[in-house]
Amino acid sequence: MLVFLVRRLGTMILTMIVVSIILFLMLEVNSESVAIKVLGPYSAPESREIWLEQHGYNDPLVLRYVRWLGNFVIGDFGESVRFKTAVSDVLWPRLGNTGILAAVTLAIVTVIGLTLGVFAGMKEGSLTDRGISIISIITTSVPEFASAVLLSAVFVFYLGILPGTSSMTDGFDPIQLVLPVMVLVLYDFGYVTRMTRASMAEVMMTHYIRTAVLKGLPYKTVIRKHALRNALIAPFTVIMLQINWLLSGVIVVEFFYAYKGFGALLLEASLNQDIFLIEACAMISVFVAVATQTLADVGYTYLNPRIRFS
Amino acid sequence: MTDTTAGIPRRPSKALEFVKGILLLRESIVGMIGAFLVLFWLFVAIFANVIAPFNPNQPLVPLAAPGTEFVAAATQQVASKPASEVCSQIYENGTATDQYDCGTFWLGTDHIGRDILSRIIFGSRTVLIYAPLATFCAYFVGVPMGLAAGYRRGMTDGILSFIANVILSFPVLVLYVIIIAFFGASAFNIVVAVTFASAPGIMRIVRGLVLDLRNREYVFAAETRGEPGWRIMLIEILPNARGPLIVDSCVRVGYVIITIGVLGFLGLGLPPPNPDWGGMINETRQMAMTFPHMTVFPCIAISSLVLGFNLLADGMREVSLRD
Repeated sequence: MLVFLVRRLGTMILTMIVVSIILFLMLEVNSESVAIKVLGPYSAPESREIWLEQHGYNDPLVLRYVRWLGNFVIGDFGESVRFKTAVSDVLWPRLGNTGILAAVTLAIVTVIGLTLGVFAGMKEGSLTDRGISIISIITTSVPEFASAVLLSAVFVFYLGILPGTSSMTDGFDPIQLVLPVMVLVLYDFGYVTRMTRASMAEVMMTHYIRTAVLKGLPYKTVIRKHALRNALIAPFTVIMLQINWLLSGVIVVEFFYAYKGFGALLLEASLNQDIFLIEACAMISVFVAVATQTLADVGYTYLNPRIRFS
Repeated sequence: MTDTTAGIPRRPSKALEFVKGILLLRESIVGMIGAFLVLFWLFVAIFANVIAPFNPNQPLVPLAAPGTEFVAAATQQVASKPASEVCSQIYENGTATDQYDCGTFWLGTDHIGRDILSRIIFGSRTVLIYAPLATFCAYFVGVPMGLAAGYRRGMTDGILSFIANVILSFPVLVLYVIIIAFFGASAFNIVVAVTFASAPGIMRIVRGLVLDLRNREYVFAAETRGEPGWRIMLIEILPNARGPLIVDSCVRVGYVIITIGVLGFLGLGLPPPNPDWGGMINETRQMAMTFPHMTVFPCIAISSLVLGFNLLADGMREVSLRD
């Protein structure tokens, strides 16, 4: 177990380093363009030269990379061109906001996805199963921006019971969270449902379930004591990996509802070519993705006794 | 090769098998609905010129509600001709007026007066050209990678899998946004970005299939015959992996459609004025609260097409699991 943990952590760090190299090569190698992005396209060549010299851009590439990476590790992301402050000042509050949005979404997705998946998988091919499968296909087919538009049309335009923007200008307001969360849940729960269903259906086919049924255990006990404990291992990984998808989903939803979160920040940074902010956002999102992936792997190994004890 | 093979059942022709495979889909209602939706949009895209009532890029009457009659003055340009030449004159109490009836805006018009129905119809072309093209490019890159990783194993597999893991560790949309924002929004860049982001996923699937197939007898037979590695991969292994790959490609096309839509929606899509469903929603979403028809109909269009591909994939999976 310990060897496995160390190896997973090693892979995670290696992935992060490779990602950082890719980002560095993509965005920082051409120091001239960095200066243009920071000082603006109409800056004088002389002032660009001075800026580059001051910020150590004339040093060898490897040295620059190591220094750049070092700054990242200690949390110094540089100055944002657009917000005119340190990147970390903008980044952390935004990340917190997205954290709230993602946590609420994930909690609801988990509950709905697992419940529907278990019910569908209990009797494969039944009417419930087909119904749930089709519903989950339909909801995953509607892109987030489309469901955002459709739900807003219903709840904001026709019914007028929910606010159409979630900018939270007068402090935190849970009502404004309803529509963004609804959109994200609608798009994401189908996948969790289908994966849970597949896992549950597989478990229901096994011999120990047949044995449990044949020895006369009540059906409820069979499901609760024998089926669920085995069927819910695989969905754990799926739910953890859903965080990676959520990071994509929040870009659309935060943009649509003007929610001040991480996704909107990344989009704004990209559209304004705010180079240090993009780097920080990209590194953070990859870190979150890789960390959850590692956590999913480790958790899966821990939850599955067949692997844990081998 | 005529009579010497008597007693051995003749191998059915490839074309016949293909048609039979398609007809199998009949057994799945869900698959049929999916096929219908996809074929419907395919038909619309091919005959867009004929079906679309108006020029998709011409401003006619701004902010018309769905179902509004298009009444034009004699001199107004419709389809690059004055209305008096292409539309029928309106008669009131038996006398001719100088108003012309040029048809109906079934789905209304957008903020600068372009017919939404026509834009949706022409937008289906954009989607059905670029989404399959991008998916094809992703397969073109991903399949050889997966074949090599699964068949050669060892170092090749290690390196390719690591590259795939690194790319897959980016949240997809983050990757798209960074690529498009830096290299500019153009059709070519969208195809490149989709290829870059989807190829690793395809590689993983192919690799998994190959790891299973490479231990079959026919592969050993080919190896004993001394066939070169590329031939074994492409001729022996790949055709036998086609089933799951066809299903996956269907789901993937649907997903690429969403991606192109999202990029259009975020303002990173194909440059205007050519209609593109995501872009249409982006252009009009500020007015979505007062004129919902501008955004709702493109949303329905894109959702129904993606749903078609997903249902088709589900139906094929269902049929292939049955026997």
